[in-house]
Amino acid sequence: MQFMLLFSRQGKLRLQKWYVPLSDKEKKKITRELVQTVLARKPKMCSFLEWRDLKIVYKRYASLYFCCAIEDQDNELITLEIIHRYVELLDKYFGSVCELDIIFNFEKAYFILDEFLLGGEVQETSKKNVLKAIEQADLLQEVRS
Amino acid sequence: MPAVSKGDGMRGLAVFISDIRNCKSKEAEIKRINKELANIRSKFKGDKALDGYSKKKYVCKLLFIFLLGHDIDFGHMEAVNLLSSNRYTEKQIGYLFISVLVNSNSELIRLINNAIKNDLASRNPTFMGLALHCIANVGSREMAEAFAGEIPKILVAGDTMDSAKQSAALCLLRLYRTSPHLVPTGDWASRVVHLLNDQHLGVVTAATSLITTLAQKNPEEFKTSVSLAVSRLSRIVTSASTDLQDYTYYFVPAPWLSVKLLRLLQCYPPPEDPAVRGRLTECLETILNKAQEPPKSKKVQHSNAKNAVLFEAISLIIHHDSEPNLLVRACNQLGQFLQHRETNLRYLALESMCALASSEFSHEAVKTHIETVIAALKTERDVSVRQRAVDLLYAMCDRSNAQQIVAEMLSYLETADYSIREEIVLKVAILAEKYAVDYTWYVDTILNLIRVAGDYVSEEVWYRVIQIVINRDDVQGYAAKTVFESLQAPACHENLVKVGGYILGEFGNLIAGDPRSSPLVQFNLLHSKFHLCSVPTRALLLSTYIKFVNLFPEVKPTIQDVLRSDSQLRNADAELQQRAVEYLRLSTVASTDILATVLEEMPPFPERESSILAKLKKKKGPGTVMGLEEGKRERGPDINGGPEPAPASATSTPSPSADLLGLGAVPPAPAGPPPSSGGLLVDVFSDSPSAVAPLAPGSEDNFARFVCKNNGVLFENQLLQIGLKSEFRQNLGRMFIFYGNKTSTQFLNFTPTLICSDDLQATEPADQARGSDSGRGRAGAAGCQHRVCVGLHRSTSSQHPVQVWRNLSECVRQVAHHTQQVFPAHRNGLPGLLSALEAAEQSPAGGAEHFQGKASNGHRNHQSQDYWVWFRAPGRGRSESCQFCGSRDHPHQNHADRVLVALGAEPPGSDVPAHAADEQGDRLPEAVCAAVGAVLAPRLLAQPLSAQLQARQPASSLRVDGMAQCEDRG
Repeated sequence: MQFMLLFSRQGKLRLQKWYVPLSDKEKKKITRELVQTVLARKPKMCSFLEWRDLKIVYKRYASLYFCCAIEDQDNELITLEIIHRYVELLDKYFGSVCELDIIFNFEKAYFILDEFLLGGEVQETSKKNVLKAIEQADLLQEVRS
Repeated sequence: MPAVSKGDGMRGLAVFISDIRNCKSKEAEIKRINKELANIRSKFKGDKALDGYSKKKYVCKLLFIFLLGHDIDFGHMEAVNLLSSNRYTEKQIGYLFISVLVNSNSELIRLINNAIKNDLASRNPTFMGLALHCIANVGSREMAEAFAGEIPKILVAGDTMDSAKQSAALCLLRLYRTSPHLVPTGDWASRVVHLLNDQHLGVVTAATSLITTLAQKNPEEFKTSVSLAVSRLSRIVTSASTDLQDYTYYFVPAPWLSVKLLRLLQCYPPPEDPAVRGRLTECLETILNKAQEPPKSKKVQHSNAKNAVLFEAISLIIHHDSEPNLLVRACNQLGQFLQHRETNLRYLALESMCALASSEFSHEAVKTHIETVIAALKTERDVSVRQRAVDLLYAMCDRSNAQQIVAEMLSYLETADYSIREEIVLKVAILAEKYAVDYTWYVDTILNLIRVAGDYVSEEVWYRVIQIVINRDDVQGYAAKTVFESLQAPACHENLVKVGGYILGEFGNLIAGDPRSSPLVQFNLLHSKFHLCSVPTRALLLSTYIKFVNLFPEVKPTIQDVLRSDSQLRNADAELQQRAVEYLRLSTVASTDILATVLEEMPPFPERESSILAKLKKKKGPGTVMGLEEGKRERGPDINGGPEPAPASATSTPSPSADLLGLGAVPPAPAGPPPSSGGLLVDVFSDSPSAVAPLAPGSEDNFARFVCKNNGVLFENQLLQIGLKSEFRQNLGRMFIFYGNKTSTQFLNFTPTLICSDDLQATEPADQARGSDSGRGRAGAAGCQHRVCVGLHRSTSSQHPVQVWRNLSECVRQVAHHTQQVFPAHRNGLPGLLSALEAAEQSPAGGAEHFQGKASNGHRNHQSQDYWVWFRAPGRGRSESCQFCGSRDHPHQNHADRVLVALGAEPPGSDVPAHAADEQGDRLPEAVCAAVGAVLAPRLLAQPLSAQLQARQPASSLRVDGMAQCEDRG
């Protein structure tokens, strides 16, 4: 996976994770272009599209779009389920997650993502294991402070 | 604000985020942010040391501001400080900031690396995890340098915790991707492979990603992973859905790992060991079987995960391309998906089938779905799905169904989305050509294409139809008749006018017997479109007219009238004016014999890869189409292997390599080695037509540059740079051509050829003016012939670089025509110049002929090979008045500039007397004629010369540019 973007229906970027080195300028350009492209698509259209030399896999959950860019040989359907699993993780952690949770606790969203995906590849697919790692960290904080 | 505050909330941060969200306008937001930035800055700069919590809070705010899209230029140091905190969340925020906002500040990188090093050594698994995540997120070169040695140790150490192993594996993967040379696979390779056997499925998942990437580059080293991957896969697919506990996802056992294992196996050919192979086949069959089972859950996640594995398995089956049974089963499975209610599945099925279509085992099976795919083209609501359907139709096309597919694509084209029209046009054009049994069908198809989607028919497409018509005698009459009929339509696309103009110009005679399409009718039909067309099309039509003059002497007066009209002869466009002048002159002065020679039917085009195919490849990116084409080519002889080979006269067709050197129009010297004798340069050019591509951009500009400049780069690609330097004084000129070898190896057999005819005269250094009467027509331009030549050729816009090249060689030849001799010589000297002089003197034709500057002696390594061309005008001294306008004000001015003014170009220098075109009244055409005559006369008028040219040149080189334009598009 080359990058993952979360943005709202209004086109506001909520989370961005880049697994390839790009300049800030390029990142902004890509984000702008993709947000536009994806938002323009209609609900029943398929979740995949070709974009430049990448494949874009996206899915909408309530007001948020989750959008991943994968390479030519990567599997679209499994990427769709990566998105879903990430949503499940957020949901479990925050307790029925909503966009506001991700806005106010953006750092947590990043930490959870890091436990699940690393360097653009799935690190741990077990929901239990990921949440255990996050909760342990939270616990560590509470004990110490 | 949401109630969640897991871990520890940062109140200040939450308040800030609320504030931002409450901002009513962008300005208010920026104001609030600037206030916050000022606050943070002052806190960071303040005397009072901040406690860890405040520092964390402010760093986190900065991060938030950055993620909103604002620039952050401070706070890095504070973030780095957080890294060494003992509090987990402070460290965590520090790492997050670093991961998101890496800065290549070397000072910081060192500090960051130090902090990471400490955490890696801390033996605290959570700290270690953070450090590894940071490396994987940043993945910079510096980090690779610092940690590439350390991470493999963590990965394979016996006492490393599972989670650290997972992170370490992906960390290493990231470093390998960014700087592969810094991550040499060592003895840890085999131990990494054995991680495939690990008990912890999370470790196996991470390790499989790493191994897949490494195996792509070093397949040998990771070969043992094949059998391990197969057995792992086999255990997963045969497991009951509860066996794998939390690794089962919606009743699908370990879908991510399965996909990754299948992906890893695609790095290798089918396993050789029959046991392993058998087991793998079993796995694949099981996966295919499971697809037929009723779903265990109605949730889309279940079917997605299951089908993700299935599609990956199909990819592997296609990759192996060795089990007909599996291939056909895969195809049937995909066939079911073609009508699935999930758009995603239909999309993927179409995509996968494209790959299946290129396998000889499943091509037929794919073809059975043609009706479904055509239906998809008509009914799918999502353009990206329709696009896939077009791709699949293209992939499954062969001789048996070409007519149907082309017809469907054509009818779809009428309503197709604008975004994919051009691609469909290319595909139709390629299929029509490739599978044409009957070329009349091909011609009809392309004309239909122009009718339905004329705007999307690119140059390549209509060039191609012309090439094919010219190369195939059997279709010429039909083509002429059809274009004639198509042109009858009241509104026809300009591309049709181009094709029609060209074809009637060549083969109008084939239908001239019919009174309904008599020469005059043909001419009037074409000319009725003339005024609606763009300049390039009109230019082409003018060439058609001059061809008509040759084909049908009876319409000559009509055409001459048209050419003579002010709207042609004084057209504001230089190209049109020039053509009109040249053609009018040509039709007046040339005898029928000469006309017939110059305007002879185009010879067959040299056979090359279809340029349309090249364009499609470019559009699609390398690989995809190419693979497909190759796959198809192997499949059998039922395909027209590219264009038809040229008939017998091909011998006179210059080889592609010679063309590229700009000398294609000129045959090699009888004595010298042929240009295509196999040097490096030639090899590169001739073996890979794609090598032509880099020549394209800029070549023409390079050429045009010489209209007003004496020096510059004429041509450049990855191999070669050719520079031109010229100096002119009065009637003397000197031209240097520099050949720069840009490769690290030497050119062998590098043979530039300069051609001149005996019409040229005395050459420096010996200044042996030979005083032959060169005729008034080309006299005046003495010191500036080069510019005349360049000027005359400069504006043939949208030319292929090869054509520009040809123009250049033509230009050199023209220069040569006016100077009588061309001396190629080595810059420093010697052997070349001497032998050239010698040869010149001994040449029976008075030292004219042509020269091959052979650069092998003493210049084995052509790092920079220079050729000097000396020339001067024959026997003309100073004159008292301008040859063109008769003015005595500027007798020795550069007349070429004058001519350029006449033709509508800017004069190079402001001191040139700027006669506006109309000031000169009726003298102007003559001036132009003089210049044009200077170019044409040697070809047309000097009898011995033209005889010579005829004798030793293929007719193509004599062709007037406009008509030759298509020739090099092959």
